[in-house]
Amino acid sequence: MNSAKAIRVDLQVIADLIEPGSRVLDVGCADGQLLDYLVTEKDVRGRGLEISQEGVNRCVERGLSVVQGDAEEDLGYYPDDAFHFVILSQTLQATHHPDQIVKDLLRLGKRAIVSFPNFGHWRVRSYLFFNGRMPVNETLPYQWYNSPNMHFCTIKDFIVMCDEMGVTIERSIALDADGQAHRIRTNLFFANLLGEQAVFLLRKD
Amino acid sequence: MSNKTPINANPYGDDFPTQRAILGTDEPLRLDCGVDLSDFPMAYQTYGTLNDDKSNAILVAHALTGDQFVADINPVTGKPGWWTTMVGPGKPIDTDKYFIICSNVLGGCMGTIGPAAINPETGAPWGVDFPVITIGDIVRAQVLLLDHLGIENLFSVIGGSMGGMQALEWAAAYPERVFSCVPIATAATHSAQNIAFYEVGRQAIMADPQWCGGRYLQEGQKPRAGLSVARMAAHITYMSETALTQKFGRRLQDRDAVTFGFEADFQIESYLRHQGTSFVERFDANSYLYVTRAMDYFDLATTHGKGKLAEVFKETEIRFCVVSFSSDWHYLPEDSRVIVRGLTGAGANVSYVDVVSDKGHDAFLLDEPDFERVLNGFLEGAARRRGLSS
Repeated sequence: MNSAKAIRVDLQVIADLIEPGSRVLDVGCADGQLLDYLVTEKDVRGRGLEISQEGVNRCVERGLSVVQGDAEEDLGYYPDDAFHFVILSQTLQATHHPDQIVKDLLRLGKRAIVSFPNFGHWRVRSYLFFNGRMPVNETLPYQWYNSPNMHFCTIKDFIVMCDEMGVTIERSIALDADGQAHRIRTNLFFANLLGEQAVFLLRKD
Repeated sequence: MSNKTPINANPYGDDFPTQRAILGTDEPLRLDCGVDLSDFPMAYQTYGTLNDDKSNAILVAHALTGDQFVADINPVTGKPGWWTTMVGPGKPIDTDKYFIICSNVLGGCMGTIGPAAINPETGAPWGVDFPVITIGDIVRAQVLLLDHLGIENLFSVIGGSMGGMQALEWAAAYPERVFSCVPIATAATHSAQNIAFYEVGRQAIMADPQWCGGRYLQEGQKPRAGLSVARMAAHITYMSETALTQKFGRRLQDRDAVTFGFEADFQIESYLRHQGTSFVERFDANSYLYVTRAMDYFDLATTHGKGKLAEVFKETEIRFCVVSFSSDWHYLPEDSRVIVRGLTGAGANVSYVDVVSDKGHDAFLLDEPDFERVLNGFLEGAARRRGLSS
């Protein structure tokens, strides 16, 4: 109860963006690690959506309110502006229509937090360059043919999409291989090259 | 009861071993059909101990052919209760922690008033003169029981199938009296297919000459064949194709070749016949008519939400845990998703799990570890919120 829980570094970056006591929906909340942290440490009114029964079981066992469902089918059933923050962590690349999902996130929440593996990272680039094959590493652990990921993007790609959609990027953070967080705006080229993962805080204009 | 209960005996006598309350004494229960019921008996069982502030009560609502003997020996069948997998010491619905109440539904036949009870005005069994009841009536009668027991607020209302309908009705009609709600393998309304299957059952009962226009108790008869067929038809919908195939396939019953007749050649036939005849021993045919009718009439959105489920649960504070089973074709996982979407649209606090199971609708009564873990986890979480456990 009294000691703060330790969570994965990218989840901690997301958690730090969330104001205590707010209403939060975590889309693709997996086993509920982040949601549990937010509920217990930040007094958040949390809800989750998760596609796997195993994940939902773990969440419900933790006492979290999580619905088993598919983000692309089920987000439509949530009412407008129901949440202060809607989180999409490490899931965007596995969706059929990432732009539609981002739009939905911002319909449901005043703000959206989106994190994803950066396909523009130098190691990904060099793997493809030198091996001529789709990269497989710790952050991208699948072969091209069995990967749930269908829409990889780079940090730069994501920023361009947000611009085109008229979505405001309030904060953008790149995590390097050591898990160090860097603000992206200062130097997009290096962030895109050195960031293994990215976390974006978005809002509607 | 050591000797076998005669099948026409109506086990309402004072020696029938169950707890009992007489309800509707101060004020009658006004049924949806407009009839008033007063001074009527309701039979129930309780397990565990009610705590000092009366905050640990769980109402377990039984399914169509269930009864109040959820976790102890059923005096009619001599068999263990219908949900001993879930209710008991150290079980997900923990009798060491919670006070569990299970009542025989209005219209039932295990001690609560129903068509087999004596109509005080005529001195004869009600039969089909018994007023038609609804799930709403069943729940309002349970509310009277809770008032009788002095319990203002339920920590949880839990039920599968028709029990799930009651749980939903509780949440919709008495949100201030419910802290958490667990509708399992159920639906917010009956589909045409559900109604169709139950109509087959009702017609089988009413087509039996021994039904005697519903007056079989007076006539010393019982529509065994009709009730048995009704049970057989319904039972098929409770199992999945996979479960049927695994359990029976096309295997023959006690023989090496088909008989070219209409004996029970196949194991599945023999099994269904056994289900049918053993059901007749413990269930009243008219109760079957009334309770299936109550389910057909159930339509939560229309009754409480002007056609919209989200409207039913607007601003509800109740914590919900909806559970479906992947191979259930009686109440489909999609039926549960409809409930979940309604709750989601209302911004309610809802969890939903579709438990992967090949056991069909009956899975909720059988040993399903994933289901037990979910229910246990949900109740634990809710109990922490309620201050029932640390």
